[in-house]
Amino acid sequence: MADTKGLTQTHEIHQRRLGRNVGTALCLLGFCAIVFGLTIAKVREGGLLEANDHVPRASVLPITEQLE
Amino acid sequence: MSDFTAQNVTSEPRVAEGEAGFGDYFALLKPRVMSLVVFTALVGLLVAPGGVSPMIGFTAILFIALGAGASGALNMWYDADIDAVMKRTAKRPVPAGKVPAGEALALGLWLSALSVAMLGLATNWVAAGLLAFTIFFYAVVYSMWLKRATPWNIVIGGAAGSFPPMIGWAAVTGDVSLASVLMFGLIFMWTPPHFWALALFMKSDYHKAKVPMLTVTHGRKETRKQILIYTVLLVPVALGLAFTSVAGPVYLATAIVLNVIFVKGAWDIWRREEDAAEADNYAVEKRVFKFSLLYLFLSFGALLIDAIWRLI
Repeated sequence: MADTKGLTQTHEIHQRRLGRNVGTALCLLGFCAIVFGLTIAKVREGGLLEANDHVPRASVLPITEQLE
Repeated sequence: MSDFTAQNVTSEPRVAEGEAGFGDYFALLKPRVMSLVVFTALVGLLVAPGGVSPMIGFTAILFIALGAGASGALNMWYDADIDAVMKRTAKRPVPAGKVPAGEALALGLWLSALSVAMLGLATNWVAAGLLAFTIFFYAVVYSMWLKRATPWNIVIGGAAGSFPPMIGWAAVTGDVSLASVLMFGLIFMWTPPHFWALALFMKSDYHKAKVPMLTVTHGRKETRKQILIYTVLLVPVALGLAFTSVAGPVYLATAIVLNVIFVKGAWDIWRREEDAAEADNYAVEKRVFKFSLLYLFLSFGALLIDAIWRLI
């Protein structure tokens, strides 16, 4: 009888590599999700969101009018 | 010639013995140590005044744990030679030949940088600085310097494992306070009796690896005495924490009961002769070691209950 092992048969080493690749992919996906979630959380918190956007910011302009 | 042909025609790919799976890399991060770090850091974060959004809190805990894991990988890279000798550590990925030492080093360095940077961006740079110092302390001060040099390695090196609640606290408040220092002190003073109880019944391991544990350098009788001394010194730290703003009646009652039991256990260890311990296969030492794990879990658990109690 001919050998039943075909070219498509996966060896244990392939399974280990697959596990490692899937694990790495999931870690990267998880990292992206965390950065996204963190961005949403920071934006919702507000606070120090006034970045340099090339337009005059009211909070840093000198007071020009006389205060009563 | 025929052998050469046979090797080339086979459809079976050659198995690279050192080819590691994902789990082997995960094992480099010392998941069991990470679980303790996660728990104590979480308590530090939750009892801190103020509070953060759940997403930021989750991120902080994740990267504190990852930083601890990174220092574990660096430790496994550096200690591969003595890990191979000790029964308890011989199956770790580097001494077992599953992961090359260089990969453990690279993983440790990259994860250290990532965890510190991400914690700083997610929370503040005080917490990130404390995490960076913790990784440095564990990988360099403890693993590279103290562990092979002095029998007090556990005492000073214990600081590395004591930082997580302080980092969790700093992630919320951005500072260091008396309460966070006492949480640090609780783990710091708890570490020597915990590890020396282990060393008493895992004696051959440290002997073989020539690690200067107190049992090896000063003898077992002295180790028993030091367990009692450090357990007694732990009491004022544990009770002192009860009188800070983070603790309440639940912690106070828990601390009193736990410290009485722990001191009694340490007293029993001190009073025992080596022959009696050998005869019952170190039953008391093993009991105190297991109780010490429960001690830390219940102490921080009680702080958490008090924090929840205050919210209600």
